[in-house]
Amino acid sequence: MNKLTSKLKGNKLAQIILLVLYVLITSLSLYLAQASVTAFLLLLFSLLLLYYTELPDRLKWLIAGVVLIGVIPFVSSTGPGYQSYMEVATVVGIYVAMALGLNIVVGLAGLLDLGFVAFFAIGAYTYGIFATGQAANFMPFGTFPLSGESFWIFILIGCFVAALFGVLLGIPVLRVKGDYLAIVTLGFGEIIRIVFNNLDKPVNITNGAMGLASVKPPEIFGYQFVYPNQFYFIVLAILFLVILAVRRFEFSKIGRSWKAVRENEIAAQSMGIHLVRTKLLAFAIGASFSGMMGVVFAAKQTFVDPTSFTLLESITILVMVILGGMGSVPGVILGAAVITILNLQVLTEVTNYLNQLSLDGVISFPEALAPAKMQRFIFGAILIIFAIYRPQGLIPSKNPVFDEESLKEGSKKHRKEQITVEPDKGFQA
Amino acid sequence: MLADILQSLPQVLVDGIALGAIYAVIALGYTMVYGILELINFAHGEIFMTGAFIGVAMLILMTGMGWLAAMPAILALILVLVVTSILTGFMGVGIERMAYRPLRNSPKLITLISAIGVSFLLQDLVRFITEYKRGNYILTGPSMFNEQFSIKFSSISSSFSDAFFKTSTLILIIAVVIMMIGLDFFVNKTKWGMAMRAVAQDRETASLMSINVNRVISLTFFIGSALGGATGVLFAVQYGTIDPYIGFILGLKAFTAAVLGGIGNIRGAMAGGLMLGILEMFAAANLQLLTGGIFGAEYKDVFAFAILIVVLIFKPEGLFGKAVTEKV
Repeated sequence: MNKLTSKLKGNKLAQIILLVLYVLITSLSLYLAQASVTAFLLLLFSLLLLYYTELPDRLKWLIAGVVLIGVIPFVSSTGPGYQSYMEVATVVGIYVAMALGLNIVVGLAGLLDLGFVAFFAIGAYTYGIFATGQAANFMPFGTFPLSGESFWIFILIGCFVAALFGVLLGIPVLRVKGDYLAIVTLGFGEIIRIVFNNLDKPVNITNGAMGLASVKPPEIFGYQFVYPNQFYFIVLAILFLVILAVRRFEFSKIGRSWKAVRENEIAAQSMGIHLVRTKLLAFAIGASFSGMMGVVFAAKQTFVDPTSFTLLESITILVMVILGGMGSVPGVILGAAVITILNLQVLTEVTNYLNQLSLDGVISFPEALAPAKMQRFIFGAILIIFAIYRPQGLIPSKNPVFDEESLKEGSKKHRKEQITVEPDKGFQA
Repeated sequence: MLADILQSLPQVLVDGIALGAIYAVIALGYTMVYGILELINFAHGEIFMTGAFIGVAMLILMTGMGWLAAMPAILALILVLVVTSILTGFMGVGIERMAYRPLRNSPKLITLISAIGVSFLLQDLVRFITEYKRGNYILTGPSMFNEQFSIKFSSISSSFSDAFFKTSTLILIIAVVIMMIGLDFFVNKTKWGMAMRAVAQDRETASLMSINVNRVISLTFFIGSALGGATGVLFAVQYGTIDPYIGFILGLKAFTAAVLGGIGNIRGAMAGGLMLGILEMFAAANLQLLTGGIFGAEYKDVFAFAILIVVLIFKPEGLFGKAVTEKV
């Protein structure tokens, strides 16, 4: 095995051939063995393999694009499981975007936010209220529900409203630090949920615990988006923008100041970093990703109610970030995908399998131990184990290292060659 | 409007003191741990909840074996309280040992994440044990101490109405007072208490003064968790029905109480707990009246969190705490 990996290392052609072979085999098996979840998961796994190849970044993006846009929808499209695969992929995309948002707040800026799902709720309700008849209860003008074409504008509106709430939360919260911050954000998340749950009087804005039903699906030029396979492409497009933005932020001036604030606020301040602006920006940007995906979520589910936005959801997103690696973009994407697939597919499949076994009388399996109900247990265990044994996560974040000499020379071309990476030491005390 | 508020005031006070007493004892657990480790022990609410489940399980078991009928109820309760508090005490020590001690030199964020993990783990552990044994995770204890009493506030002035309470409320308040006095004596008058205060002040210097810091931290967790577990039993007897998720929100509110009284300050936590309990009951009873029907009793949790946020922002040292300047 070691021999094999050492041979593969440095041999780009071999890597690319292996990768293409892998994709071909898995997609073929998905194409033939229709409702096989395993094949679908193995196909998704090819993206992780892609990450570990030593190909140039552009090529990696290209291959990932081909796999995500072309291969996955195409090979799964013929079978009966098509919509359910696409549903899983769509939800994974939504959670990846949210986890990336939380990653900015927790991983880069070091501000533990335990009420992150509140921004998701705000995004979802922003679209939900205006895309149902609900808005007619309090809006003095306009006819509601708005048509599905407004969805595209609402992605932006949801983004801005969530960012606004992020700043509003941020302003008071900036006065508290560390663990107090965690408690305050937790309280904020609960407050938002309780308010949405009870805002059906005096003016009926959110329809309370009943929720908002039959939210208008998105529409463009008369083409309606109803099925998961259609939403998949919307989510993919937004996700692409989100990842692009995160990558840009991470190594920019603002990204570096987030990391500085995370390591030591006072030292950062003395280096001329504006604490308030830096932290508020982290909250606003993190929240805006969530807000956008909230809008998509509302349109996809066509139903919004407060039970989707509990504390467990906030913790789930936190688990994704911790599992993948705080501050590491590929890590968080991996974490979000693993946890979402675990939640949606693996736990239910295992539960069904065990139930089948106990129906057949092979083993007697108590209902109380059903893995689908054990989310809290699993998440709790992941949090503890990763905190103690691997605080840097599955894929630790990396910082670029610049060679001082070549920087002084100032030649751009030269500098590009010199960039190497080293592990980010933030969480490895 | 004022007349209505006055009418209900005695009942609000009685209920508020009962709830506040529970908050106060749980707040003690938070405040003691925070004082020593500067860590919010998220799992403390769950220890309280586990205590409630252990207590109810024992009471149900004793009813089944006929012991409860054979001995005086108060004796049975004391027995349950003692056993539960020892069990939860050791649980607290175990949690510290497994989940917090390996992380003592890590960044605070990581320890906090571990604490949240413990809290979720415990919730589900209790959930599936209960569900496995009883088929349902919501548990109702045997009804005890249900005799109603009333205090005739109306004889003082006709603007008050009478306040009603059960024997269990009385037991709850007495037990809490005993626990608080005991703890206060322990912390301020005994040698171990002095060691605890020393470790809270400066861990390294304390260890140089031949104090076994690890043992003191374990002791702190033991006492805090034992008190929390005992309060859980009292809570179950007082309110009847318990489920595995009561601990989190209740713990959060107790933490609010600890912050209100000044975190790290034991007497402050007691005062903060009582204050928060009364304020919350007052809000539950009168919020609808005060806001003209816009906000109802369902906003009482929002009210408690709002208090927390306001205190943290404007007076983070709490009502009875000392402001600390950060050393650089």
